[in-house]
Amino acid sequence: MRGYLWSSNANVVRVEDGGESPSVCRVNDVPTAHRNAVVMTDVVAMTGGFPALAGIDIQVAEGEIVLLAGPNGAGKTTVLRVCAGIQPIARGSVSVLGFDLRTDLAHIRSNVGFVGHRNGLYEDLTPAENLDFWAKVIGASPDEVDAAIDVMALNARVRDTPVSRLSAGQRRRVALAVLVIRRARLWLLDEPHAGLDASGRDELDGILRRAAASGATVVLASHELERATALATRRITISGGVIDGGDRNG
Amino acid sequence: MTTITPTTKSSHRGTGTTATRVIGLLATVMCAWLVVFGLILSPADRDQGDAVRIMYVHVPSVWLAYLAFIVTAAGSAIHLFGRRHSLQADRVAGASAEIGVVFMGVTLVSGMLWGRITWGVYWQWDARLTTTALLFVSYIGYLAVRNLDGTREQLARRSAIVGLLAVLEIPLVHWSVKLWRSLHQEATVLGTDLDVSLDGLMLFSLFVGVVAFTLVFVWLLLHRARTMAVVDLAAQRRLDDALIARRREGGN
Amino acid sequence: MANQRRRLALSVARKDLRIERRSHVLTAQILPFTLVTMVLFAFALDATSVLQRVAPGLVWLAVLFSMMIVVQRAFAVETADGALDALRSAGADMSGVFFGKFIALVVQLIIVEGALWIAAVLLYGIELRLGGIVLLVTSSISATCGLAAIGTIYGGLASGIQGRESLLPLLVLPVASPVLIGATRSAEAAFGIGGTVASEGWPWLGLLTVFAVAFVVVGSFAFGPLVDD
Repeated sequence: MRGYLWSSNANVVRVEDGGESPSVCRVNDVPTAHRNAVVMTDVVAMTGGFPALAGIDIQVAEGEIVLLAGPNGAGKTTVLRVCAGIQPIARGSVSVLGFDLRTDLAHIRSNVGFVGHRNGLYEDLTPAENLDFWAKVIGASPDEVDAAIDVMALNARVRDTPVSRLSAGQRRRVALAVLVIRRARLWLLDEPHAGLDASGRDELDGILRRAAASGATVVLASHELERATALATRRITISGGVIDGGDRNG
Repeated sequence: MTTITPTTKSSHRGTGTTATRVIGLLATVMCAWLVVFGLILSPADRDQGDAVRIMYVHVPSVWLAYLAFIVTAAGSAIHLFGRRHSLQADRVAGASAEIGVVFMGVTLVSGMLWGRITWGVYWQWDARLTTTALLFVSYIGYLAVRNLDGTREQLARRSAIVGLLAVLEIPLVHWSVKLWRSLHQEATVLGTDLDVSLDGLMLFSLFVGVVAFTLVFVWLLLHRARTMAVVDLAAQRRLDDALIARRREGGN
Repeated sequence: MANQRRRLALSVARKDLRIERRSHVLTAQILPFTLVTMVLFAFALDATSVLQRVAPGLVWLAVLFSMMIVVQRAFAVETADGALDALRSAGADMSGVFFGKFIALVVQLIIVEGALWIAAVLLYGIELRLGGIVLLVTSSISATCGLAAIGTIYGGLASGIQGRESLLPLLVLPVASPVLIGATRSAEAAFGIGGTVASEGWPWLGLLTVFAVAFVVVGSFAFGPLVDD
């Protein structure tokens, strides 16, 4: 049973007002009928009493791979957390995949995949057990888990070693494997390249390109500018909690 | 976003209005009355002597403490289940809990002093007293939750839930303590608790006390809730400044 | 939906118990801690007759204190590497998560209680009557469910906030007091301490059951908004 059962409902609504072909988005069997994956309008979001986002406007179209760039503390992580539906906003409005953040949080969460600074893994469990748990939470099948393990090249030894004894890069691979089984329509990644070795980065880029090719949207924050710019279709630079200058096509 | 309408005219600084001034004046008069009736006009009790005068503070503060917690519960429920998730209701809940904790402290201290004189001990494991003590701690916990980090809405929602959980706790705690004491304690000592034979003047003094304390409560509640509104307003203003400063960080 | 929630709850419970089995925190740290407390109680109270009289209360006090550690640990594994955020962003049904953590907590507390009762029998020399077994078991289960429910509710509340671990005992202990009273009295009745008979324990079982049901029901609704806001 998939975690986004209710999307069948949204399906009907979207098809009615939609113009685009449903085949564009195969990721979640929900047709794409709206142009924008993310619309943030004048968003203010607080982290610990500090306005991390100071009235930011962002638009991301479906199928784009967008790089969020900017100095440390610019607000990139907060943008991703807001889109993932785990950070409340104080002002402004956010629409993700056509759903309003304030009223339709459940729909947003069921269609969004997020990997933050932290991996969201249980240290005492092995990657296999972690994947098994997350597959149950998400509602993914064992086959999908196996496929994700292949994609992230997690060998048998790594799979059965407790996460606490894995290197940072290996943990990252496990976290990305969890992201893969989510089969999200919007992928949100915070510094996904951090800790990965060269082959891991290549695998990650491959996954993101394939996801975008199949209709998903990718937003990533990265300091690996060269690699990320090559991957991204567009770059948005943030500083001081707002967009820095104009958007630049990359 | 909740808009806060200023409750005072611009010419005037403070949280007072005509209504609060009238209430404040009445409260002062009633408190003065309470002193006159409680300490001078009302007679000493046949058994308890002058110790009975503690009742004129103790009973009104118990009443008030529980009234305050009912108000907190009501405010929490209105915030949580109301369609607008009113922050005003949250402020009233918080203000009321603060006042309630103070009056509960007065209740405990005055009760212990009275107990020392009447029972010979400061503390009796009586159902009412024990329930009150546990509630006192619970509401201190509630106030701690109100002071945690988070956005204004997060704090309001969390405190509302904790405020309602504390209400759920009252009957369970009372039931358990009552059951406990009824099994283990001879009731003779406790029988003397409040069953003093009150003559007319004593009863009237008690009544004056209840009215006086209730007025004090209303007066404090209005001022405190308004102060909290001003604090929220100031936080919004500060946010505007912080936003400008934040944008400037990036040279925008 | 109910089916899905049950499956999520079982997954969470199984995951939590597996983590405990793997990390040995319960067996290598919490159980020894509780047993040391039992020995310390004996030092503090000295006389065997006193110990026998108050043994049930000491056992349940030890349960209460160890629960603080178990609860903190149960939520530390969720927040250490952002798993709670991942659960939220995956849209996991929070009342399912509540029941999962609740079940895992109940299982761990029952293990602690078993060890403590054995310690009480061995160290303090109390004797369980045959007629008291049913009362002891049923009241312990009810009490444990009540404690686990409030532990999960307030543990969830405290988990989202860094550096506020000390808030947990302040919130939990006053609420837990009816359980402490009820569980202690019914255990006294089960063991026949202080000339009590087993039938004196049944009203307490009623109280414990009402408490457990009330907080489990409320917790399943309150947990989501407390954790996920």
